[in-house]
Amino acid sequence: MIHYFIGNLGHFFVIVSFVTSLVAAFAYWKARTITDVSTKQAWINNARIAFYAHTFAVIGVFVALFYIIYNHYFEYHYAYSHSSRHLPAHYMVSCFWEGQEGSFLLWIFWQALIGIVIIHTEKEWEAPVMVIFALVQAFLASMILGIVIPFADIRIGSSPFILLRDALDDPIFKIQPNFIPADGSGLNPLLQNYWMVIHPPTLFLGFALTLVPFAFCIAGLWEKKYSEWIKPALPWTLLGGAILGLGILMGGYWAYETLNFGGYWNWDPVENAVYVPWLILIASIHTMIVYKNNQTALKTSIILVISVFILILYSTFLTRSGILGDSSVHSFTDLGLSGQLLIYLLFFTVAAIVLAAVRWKEIPSSEKEASVYSREFWIFLGVTTLCLMGFQVIIPTSIPVYNSIVGLFGGTSNLAPPADQIAFYSKFQLWFGVAVAFLSGTGQFFWYKRIDKTKLKKELLTPVLISLIVFALIIAIAGVNEPSYMVLTLAGVYIIISNLKVLRSIIKVNPSLSGGALSHIGIGLSLIGIMFSSGYSNVVSLNNTGMLISTELSTEFNRDNLLLFINEPRTMAGYDIEFLGERIEAKNKWGYIKKNDIILTPDPYTVVAKRDIIYKDKKLYAEKDTFEIYPENTYYEIELRKGDKVEAVLFPRVQINEAMGGFVASPDISRGAVRDLYTHVSAPMNREAEVEWSELEEVTVKIGEQFFVNDYIAVLEEVNRLDEIQGVTLRTEDVAVQAKISVIGERETYYADPIFLIKDKTQVGRISSEINDLGVKITLLNIHPETNEFSLGLNARQKDWVIIKAMEKPFINLLWLGTGILMVGFTIAAVRRFKTR
Amino acid sequence: MKKSHILAIVVIAAAIGIIISTAGDASTYVNFSQAYEMAATGNNSSIHVVGHLKKDPTGQVVGLNKAPDNLSFSFVLVDDNNKEQNVFYNEPMPPDFTRSENVVVIGGYQGDNFVANKILLKCPSKYQEEGVTAGI
Repeated sequence: MIHYFIGNLGHFFVIVSFVTSLVAAFAYWKARTITDVSTKQAWINNARIAFYAHTFAVIGVFVALFYIIYNHYFEYHYAYSHSSRHLPAHYMVSCFWEGQEGSFLLWIFWQALIGIVIIHTEKEWEAPVMVIFALVQAFLASMILGIVIPFADIRIGSSPFILLRDALDDPIFKIQPNFIPADGSGLNPLLQNYWMVIHPPTLFLGFALTLVPFAFCIAGLWEKKYSEWIKPALPWTLLGGAILGLGILMGGYWAYETLNFGGYWNWDPVENAVYVPWLILIASIHTMIVYKNNQTALKTSIILVISVFILILYSTFLTRSGILGDSSVHSFTDLGLSGQLLIYLLFFTVAAIVLAAVRWKEIPSSEKEASVYSREFWIFLGVTTLCLMGFQVIIPTSIPVYNSIVGLFGGTSNLAPPADQIAFYSKFQLWFGVAVAFLSGTGQFFWYKRIDKTKLKKELLTPVLISLIVFALIIAIAGVNEPSYMVLTLAGVYIIISNLKVLRSIIKVNPSLSGGALSHIGIGLSLIGIMFSSGYSNVVSLNNTGMLISTELSTEFNRDNLLLFINEPRTMAGYDIEFLGERIEAKNKWGYIKKNDIILTPDPYTVVAKRDIIYKDKKLYAEKDTFEIYPENTYYEIELRKGDKVEAVLFPRVQINEAMGGFVASPDISRGAVRDLYTHVSAPMNREAEVEWSELEEVTVKIGEQFFVNDYIAVLEEVNRLDEIQGVTLRTEDVAVQAKISVIGERETYYADPIFLIKDKTQVGRISSEINDLGVKITLLNIHPETNEFSLGLNARQKDWVIIKAMEKPFINLLWLGTGILMVGFTIAAVRRFKTR
Repeated sequence: MKKSHILAIVVIAAAIGIIISTAGDASTYVNFSQAYEMAATGNNSSIHVVGHLKKDPTGQVVGLNKAPDNLSFSFVLVDDNNKEQNVFYNEPMPPDFTRSENVVVIGGYQGDNFVANKILLKCPSKYQEEGVTAGI
């Protein structure tokens, strides 16, 4: 039965949220233009009611959509294409934002909440600021509106509440209009990760926060309060810098943990599209602070604040319009919203530019030239560098846009983004990073004191000397020899040391002022972390056997990957490394379970324990327990030892997802203070391929007698009569016996239990038993009651194997530590500015 | 000359430098014939070719060849001029590959074979999904 009600309710809420945002915009507009106090208040009250109704409706949309996903209503396209019955509940949250509609919804939701905060804290600015807010909300709500304008046949927005039969043109719906699929097509395995539960909400909160300074800035221009807007906008901008930065970082961390390209940043257009607004946001924070202290850089602040918001819209357009389709690894699928997105982008771009241009002459500006010994001068240089840094990234990222524009005018342009993105961007961004570090390291000395030439020399002497010493130590100990990396290291050390000095002097006076110094220290640590982890990332899984893994593969692959047979140690980077077998995870209990210890059932999600299942001395399941697993995921247990000491046990994962077609490998990381050891499976065994068994070897043994199978010692322990086989009760005239054979492997004793069956007195059946880890198959061939002997058939195959790649990432923790400190610094600064607002 | 003017000149120079270097490092979208000519004339720069997978009338992908260990694979890509070319890729097949609508290969000719260093997939937009596949 199709659940129409919940979808209709959800769609109703979408429409309500759209209409109420327009009403709120109109009412706030009226409130702004009217001077009569009581009428103005009446309009404000109306507007507030509308905005509250809007927020309520947005929450309603959220609840309705989640209800559909949570209850597996696969008659809805959103649930069908983003979820499935076996998806764990916590990842249902991720389904939400796998699709474009859900992520728009998230963005709307955050902005609605921020709007409510503004209503209650900014009485003076409420009307003009909320006009902008409500208008932005209307544009975003229109993206998920999903209504068709009659006669014109134009669809506005894509509703998340569309039914599957309306979304897909499948013949089955002609036969059975009420057909509901039994299961959904599932969530992309790469998104089944806890970072993907929290990364999108953080990122979109960051997006939403960039609206606040923009709205204040536009309101300031509109109301001709050219400078007053900076004070209320600044704390929000700082918060935005922290949250957006955190969101970007989480994305990087997710990539590091989940994707196997071996890094955290790929310079993919989608990444660039959020990196650039963040850089400009940081630049705008600096000019706003300059203005607050010195009444200069107001015009620059206005330009930068407007640019940040427009860049956010531009990035939304790039990632969601499908224009990046041929140049990005992971842009959203095209929902046919490009026109709407373009209108959204152009509306605010044109409106902001026109408004700024009209008011430009009236904006106060100072004509005095900044002295070299003033902080403004150094900040200005830093801001310019940040802007150029962003410019360098956005120009190549926009290549697909130039092609489209040329195409629009009838031309053809075949420009493609640089083939090696990482090398291309890194070679520029490295030097910009160096410049930013030197400028802000020096600039900090001007920050708190007015300084002249002689005093500057005195102030700078100690930090420069200490920096040089620390730099020399790092270079010598870590062996940094590439000139550009050396310069980057020096820059990073310098910014850390000089800001430590500043931090020391201000922490005594007023700790709440320490945000700036802390943020800069964070930048320095991050730069050094990036330099080491990316510049000196090295492959440690070098093939040292002298043999090629396969002649069909590239030399590079043969060199950098290690073929591990089960239970056969190899050496790697000073470790003994050993593959111990394939593991799976249970749905309800945490722990890795050996594939040998379970018996599969016809339902791939359910298995039976072959024996007591113990993980890390904890009994997970008793023999014959039935439990649920995630069949898509296989973990490869890999042990690293030094001598006899186990240093790390890694479980890199492989997901086989037929619906997605192919295998997805995710790394496991052994974390250390000075380096991470990063390992992923580069090729698992193909279980579907035909297995080549050796020729059958026959042995005849008595109970308790030893024999050899594939060079392992085995014993026929016992033979028992069975009354049922796989749940089927046998008839009295049928005979079935099961042998129990123990095989002593390198690390544990395995059991094989082949079955021999005589049905209807004449038909003989044999069910062989396979020990995966050892590559052995045992069949009970025959019973000789006269001699009490049993004939066993033995087959062997190539042992299980896995091919892995391992990399060392030196000092990557400096990057995480640095970005953490950066966020703390931002937060301290934001808190201070919120308090002194 | 004022300092701000010097700064402005430096910024403009840097911006022009960035644009020129972008133009210089940018790759190009070409078709297979052009790519072949480029390789034949000794131009070994990496290029982009956009195409779609070869499919039989029932919509099945043809010409797909996986290495026995799934470690690499080759496929037939049809470019915009309908030229078919066997493309080798020294990585396992990416998920979603057979469902992709458009495939962009980045690489170049080595002899008569096109070897891709990187593959970008454009997966079908949901309104063009071919039908209900899961859970019937």
